[in-house]
Amino acid sequence: MKTTLILSTALSGLAFAATAQEVNVVSWGGAYETSQVEAYNKPFTAETGIRVNMIAADNPATPLKAQVEAGNVTGDVFDVEVSDAIRLCDEGALMEIDPAMLPAAPDGTPAVDDFVPGALQDCAVANIVWGTVISYNTTKFEGEMPQTAADFFDTETFPGKRGLPRNPKRTLYLALIADGVPAAEIYDVLGTDEGVDRAFAKLDTIKNDVVWWEAGAQPVQLLADGEVSMTTVYNGRVFDAMVAENQPFEIIWDGQYMDMDMFVIPKDAPNLDAAVEYLKFATDTQRLADQARYIAYGPARQSSASLVGLYQDGVTEMAPHMPTSPEALENAVMDDPEFWADRDAEMVERFNAWLASS
Amino acid sequence: MANVALDPHAAVVSTASGGPAALTSADGTPLARALARSQRRARRRAFLLVLPLLAFILITFVVPIGQMLQRSFYNAGFSANMPQVSAWFAETERGTDPDDAAWAALAADLTAAAEARTVAMVGTRINYDLSGTRSLFTSTGRALRGGIEPPYRENLLEIDQKWGDPQLWSVMREASRPVTANFYLAAVDRARDAEGNIVQVDERQRVYTMLFGRTFWLSLVITALTFVLGFPIAHLLATLPLRKSNLLMILVLLPFWTSLLVRTTSWMVLLQQQGVVNDLLVWTGIIGASGRLQMIYNQTGTIIAMTHILLPFMILPLYSVMRTINPSYVRAARSLGASSWTAFRRVYFPQTLPGLGAGALLVFILAVGYYITPALVGGSSGQLISNMIAMHMTSTLNWSLAAALAALLLAAVLVLYWVYDRMVGIDNLKLG
Repeated sequence: MKTTLILSTALSGLAFAATAQEVNVVSWGGAYETSQVEAYNKPFTAETGIRVNMIAADNPATPLKAQVEAGNVTGDVFDVEVSDAIRLCDEGALMEIDPAMLPAAPDGTPAVDDFVPGALQDCAVANIVWGTVISYNTTKFEGEMPQTAADFFDTETFPGKRGLPRNPKRTLYLALIADGVPAAEIYDVLGTDEGVDRAFAKLDTIKNDVVWWEAGAQPVQLLADGEVSMTTVYNGRVFDAMVAENQPFEIIWDGQYMDMDMFVIPKDAPNLDAAVEYLKFATDTQRLADQARYIAYGPARQSSASLVGLYQDGVTEMAPHMPTSPEALENAVMDDPEFWADRDAEMVERFNAWLASS
Repeated sequence: MANVALDPHAAVVSTASGGPAALTSADGTPLARALARSQRRARRRAFLLVLPLLAFILITFVVPIGQMLQRSFYNAGFSANMPQVSAWFAETERGTDPDDAAWAALAADLTAAAEARTVAMVGTRINYDLSGTRSLFTSTGRALRGGIEPPYRENLLEIDQKWGDPQLWSVMREASRPVTANFYLAAVDRARDAEGNIVQVDERQRVYTMLFGRTFWLSLVITALTFVLGFPIAHLLATLPLRKSNLLMILVLLPFWTSLLVRTTSWMVLLQQQGVVNDLLVWTGIIGASGRLQMIYNQTGTIIAMTHILLPFMILPLYSVMRTINPSYVRAARSLGASSWTAFRRVYFPQTLPGLGAGALLVFILAVGYYITPALVGGSSGQLISNMIAMHMTSTLNWSLAAALAALLLAAVLVLYWVYDRMVGIDNLKLG
């Protein structure tokens, strides 16, 4: 008993001595956290000797806001959504991050040009990109398979019901893409009344064939049950269904909707230097590429794409499943939190009024 | 002391003259006072016993609901962070064009808000009333971090032309008072125009009144269905011998104990177009393979799933009342010549009313606030008002509008409760 006490005191003394060399990272838990531990944390500790404490939260923005408001910040790096990153930055809770301090790509391209558009915010650096993509059940069609967003709206050539999420954010853009609007102009068009009318007019053409989904697990189930022949779905979910469950699904990357997760550092982070080191390390080209071994989310750097290897099962080539592959980026719409912070309420009302009208 | 006061014999005292006198206890205190004192003590002890529950209800129920309701008419997002321009609004009449003082106040407030990093909150508040303005505030705030020089009007307009919009100034005037009815107006599809008149919003935006109507209509249908389905079951449960009725009771309660999500998902598996029910109908040849019925992801799905989920709330109160009904009343009615229908209608059914009232009230109130089931199986035509409340709570973050919608829902339910009390009488309610 006494020995244990002495030993544990000695150990905690050691731990205390090491506190200068640690960093607290708050992330989302689950398979996503595992991918970060494997790809970022282990090599980071091996290289710098700084210990990484991983803390799981339902949504890390919530404890971040609470800690800042209580004036007692204990986390150093937080993994948050883009909208939260911008909001918290606007409220002055976060440290501003100069992109010049981020490491350049292996070929020397500076970070500013290497990250995908929108990945570098005033106070945040994106690590992964995930997409909402169209997926179809190959057993539902014979001969020609659908290939574009326009085919999603063509129920004559490609019969069957369609799955769409019941919100304006992830439906209106798809209608416009299918109607021929280039991805780069989506928000300009959606910002006008005529543009919104145009999107709803396009949605009208398939309104009676749509099964509306609410939770992320639903579209995969709808597709597997044959309830819909085509649906939009989060790319990580459909990857799991295709690879782990061998479902006969295919992905159409045309008109994918991209979201990002971002690293932010609160202003009063207790281990500020280590936090900055961690952020630089975790968002370099190799680490982001390594993460794709463990989860089907795309690296936020373009230079990582060529380094993406096999999935952890050892046989699945990950590159074609990345939302950031050249094919996937060709006609991709990036989430615009500023636009939606302005328009969400108005669009939600209009969308629901449209749903209710027959 | 207390013992003395409570001793009944001590009170039997009369004066020497034999006439009635004030009763006193053994120590001479008037009995009424002694009794009151001892009762006060008992009351205090009883109060201390319920104190934890009272505190619990106060902290977890009354305070949060009160705060939520307060949000529906009180929002200081603008007035607290933009004090100078709010003061200008307070001094001037509605319709006054912004003068130099107003522009200077606006510039000063925006600069201060940008420094304090509160400009996004201000923008969010204005955006509730005028869509598309949040970014105007945040982008102007970013531009103002280096300060601003006069002339303020020209310089602000140079940052963004939208600052000259009279509608924006009208909305800012509205928001400069923290107490507002605007969220309630929005909750019934109304808004104020630039002159401050209350007008209906654009037809394409009207959604809340329709959803309120649909919520109450569907809740009524569901209540009626639970009654039609639940009444015979409750009767069976109440009249069967105890062993059999216990077995049946377990069948009623088993789904009650199953997770709501599991039950909702099971309905999806059963009712979808490629689901069990449709497969069965096609197999038996009742419908063709191309004519599979759409029974879920619409209003039908919401009604079916919610009726099933809420059924126990109707059956249990009915059952508890039916068990206490003496069967000899019906036998007496029959023996006096009533037909079985008349005996049921005039003797049995009226006695079940307290249970029916309780069940109907429970089912209706639960249905009005239902959220997860319509969200999952409601498709486009089966959404209820609670889905919009949830949307504003979690997605658009307009808590004030969510609170106003919830307050209206609460008020409507209270009105119905009152009507019920007037028509049936709340004393007749029997929950078990």
